[in-house]
Amino acid sequence: MLELYGTSVASRLLLGTARYPSPAILADAVRASKTEIVTVSLRRETAGSRTGGAFFELIRTLGVRVLPNTAGCHTVSEAVLTAKMARDVFATDWIKLEVIGNHDTLQPDVFGLVEAARILSNEGFKVFPYTTDDLVVAERLLEAGCEVLMPWCAPIGSAMGPVNLPALRSMRANFPDVPLIVDAGIGRPSHAAIVVELGFDAVLLNTAVAGAADPVLMAAAFSGAIDAGRTAFLAGMLEPRDMAVPSTPVIGKAVFS
Amino acid sequence: MKLTINGEDHQTDISILSELLTALEYEGDWLATAVNGELVHREDREAFALSDRDRIEILSPMQGG
Repeated sequence: MLELYGTSVASRLLLGTARYPSPAILADAVRASKTEIVTVSLRRETAGSRTGGAFFELIRTLGVRVLPNTAGCHTVSEAVLTAKMARDVFATDWIKLEVIGNHDTLQPDVFGLVEAARILSNEGFKVFPYTTDDLVVAERLLEAGCEVLMPWCAPIGSAMGPVNLPALRSMRANFPDVPLIVDAGIGRPSHAAIVVELGFDAVLLNTAVAGAADPVLMAAAFSGAIDAGRTAFLAGMLEPRDMAVPSTPVIGKAVFS
Repeated sequence: MKLTINGEDHQTDISILSELLTALEYEGDWLATAVNGELVHREDREAFALSDRDRIEILSPMQGG
């Protein structure tokens, strides 16, 4: 079981709820993924609209825990206020903290992120920071009160998969006891399997499922890949080597000439 | 009294936040409100007096990644 701020979850897949072709497909994808945690957001409501209420009701019926995000926030004050408003609506002190620093790469403003994480942790939030694979930033986030880290493996929505495996390995080695969730950049189930094989505790993804030709089938594929990666990590894998090693024993081999 | 609601200018005589929400058809237990950058809890809206030029944000749940 994976433990996040004292809560145990069996599934190592956290799924985003955006960009699905329909609410029904979203619901089916959530079920097929076997996830126990979905990410949600907040946006300005239009007068007389019940769109937000309909989505809220759908999420309630799925019986999963919600992890609200601060997506789209570019400053500490925006992110802190959004987190507080999310806590008021969703009745959870969990927050996926995003403080975006660049419009093109959507990479986090890590300085603002640490500051916002400190403020929110002091106010009782359980912060899941969307961060980079920078070890010093990770250290600062832990000092700020975070008990979980969520490094990207590539830019949000890029589907590139892990572009810097040595950095991810280094992060895992540096923080052996901190739950690490790869958030952002995953495109394929094999990408998710790779990071879980490295020992990352879970994967958070959205577009790779929502943007697939068949999101429900893809949700099942990710679930299977993450299970396989985790099982392989626990089983212990061979390290690559340069030269061949015969798999069939050579001792006792017949000599014909 | 002039207010800014979700970025748009409004003119109103209503000075209590909960009454303003009702009048503008913002209903439901899924709304979050903030005034001038500060959260106003659901249970505090009935007692929250608005002032001229207040900036009000009204948010609701939506899909997110």
